[in-house]
Amino acid sequence: MKIQQLSVFVENKPGHIIAPCRLMAEAGIDLRALSLADTQRFGILRMIVSDWQRASQVLQRAGFIVKSNEVLAIEVPDRPGGLTEILELFEGTEINIEYMYAFPFGRGGKAVLIFRFDQPDAAIERLQSAGINVLESGDLTR
Amino acid sequence: MTAPFHPASAPDYVPAPHLRDLQLRKLQEVVNRAWNRVQLFRQRMDERGLTPGNIQTLADITTLPFTVKTDLRDTYPFGLFASPMQEVVRLHASSGTTGKPIVVAYTQQDLEVWTSVMVRSFAACGVNHGDVVQNAYGYGLFTGGLGAHYGAEEMGATVIPISGGNSDRQIMVMRDFGVTVICSTPSYFLHLIERAAQLDVDIRELPLRVGLFGAEPWTQSMRQRIEKLTAIQAFDLYGLSEIIGPGVAIECPEKDGLHIFEDHFYPEIIDPETGQPLPDGQEGELVLTTLSKMAMPMIRYRTRDITSLIPGQCACGRTIRRMSRIGRRSDDMLIIRGVNVFPSQVEAALLEAEGTLPHYQIILTRMHGLDQMEVQVEVTPQVFSDKIGALEELNEKLNDALERVLGIRVRVTLVEPHTIQRSEGKAKRVIDRRSQ
Repeated sequence: MKIQQLSVFVENKPGHIIAPCRLMAEAGIDLRALSLADTQRFGILRMIVSDWQRASQVLQRAGFIVKSNEVLAIEVPDRPGGLTEILELFEGTEINIEYMYAFPFGRGGKAVLIFRFDQPDAAIERLQSAGINVLESGDLTR
Repeated sequence: MTAPFHPASAPDYVPAPHLRDLQLRKLQEVVNRAWNRVQLFRQRMDERGLTPGNIQTLADITTLPFTVKTDLRDTYPFGLFASPMQEVVRLHASSGTTGKPIVVAYTQQDLEVWTSVMVRSFAACGVNHGDVVQNAYGYGLFTGGLGAHYGAEEMGATVIPISGGNSDRQIMVMRDFGVTVICSTPSYFLHLIERAAQLDVDIRELPLRVGLFGAEPWTQSMRQRIEKLTAIQAFDLYGLSEIIGPGVAIECPEKDGLHIFEDHFYPEIIDPETGQPLPDGQEGELVLTTLSKMAMPMIRYRTRDITSLIPGQCACGRTIRRMSRIGRRSDDMLIIRGVNVFPSQVEAALLEAEGTLPHYQIILTRMHGLDQMEVQVEVTPQVFSDKIGALEELNEKLNDALERVLGIRVRVTLVEPHTIQRSEGKAKRVIDRRSQ
């Protein structure tokens, strides 16, 4: 249910984003989803990759600061209001979405979104009881 | 250019033999006072088998123990006081090597001496009653503001106690109040010059004619820039809280070294490595002994400022000796916008905020004439988070910890690991680009 996401600290300077991506390419690791959160001075590169343990190792060996977290990949109907229906499930609950970003590949008319919840287990329960598909990591690597 | 003689300047011209006699008598008195009243000093005298009676000539001063900045920290807050609190009428404080400040005390008589040396400082720069003095030194625990204030007031000048900051208001006051004299750090005045230009105020058109600049080392090229841009006379004012505050030494119109008010502050130059006295003309660390201080006598206080005593008499006719301008220090203390900062303080703050000491680097620059301090901190796995908010919180926490310890706002930048260059495993802690 839960998927491992890697986060890498990068400075917000020209050229700083390429090094971790290049490392992934050289190690033959597939980037499945990617998001860059940025402030004026630094950023966090968040990635979902084909082999997170190896990716983490490669990055750390190269001197990067890497953190892995559990996130949820959720199928969202690809039509107006699709996302709102998901978000409404958490309206008025204690479950907080820390951040979210879109997965680049849709599946059979459905979009996939990556969610970072503060309480992933409670979120899964809620999603599943509403009949929403929470994907396994295998689903993302096709 | 010779300023008209001001009566307050008379002690600057005492014939040398009389001055030496006076210094010896006062040295004996102050050593006696410290020995009787300050435990640390007595203990150090005992260790050397010395009593005040051993001071027979001025040269005997070299047998006395040094006092260093950490002595003030170790005896925090009042351990070096030689007067009971009933006689102490003022306390000031400045930052020490760790989070704790250094506290200094004044009796009524000490304040009078302080005021008198500030009057002599103003007088040496040609300031007199009738002048309008904009005092942009910080008022408060820092000695700069009140020191200059009482001196200017005592000589009958009009004092504007504007303190530091709020540049637009400074310029408005300078223009509208007919200011003729400014007191500030040189870097802050350079900032005011730039701001005035942006506001279309031409300082050369104003009555401003004299500036007393101090509380931080500055260069001859900074003086040339100030004088060229504003057509004022810029003088170097030297002082330190441990000794009294501003008013330890001042330039005269010859601008050929700073006259030390040595009837109150006895100067020596030593080799900072060996502690051995150095002859006049040779560069070394300035050591000062307060000859008049009651509340907190300082015997052979190591200032860490590197200078030399200039042989021969000044063309201005003053007999009190001169030292060359302070260019650098013998320790790692940084002076940022007039505030003392030690890298060890930065370390203590980072350690407190993060739990472990990250790799860091201090980068000093000067922007619009103002000192800027940036602390680059390498992110560690322990503090890294996938959430922007958490990292911003960390950034803020580091900012706050540094401000609390240093007393000034600095800019913290989180950087990638291994971006701070190491040599022999150790990072270069301070990069000072202020003179570039």
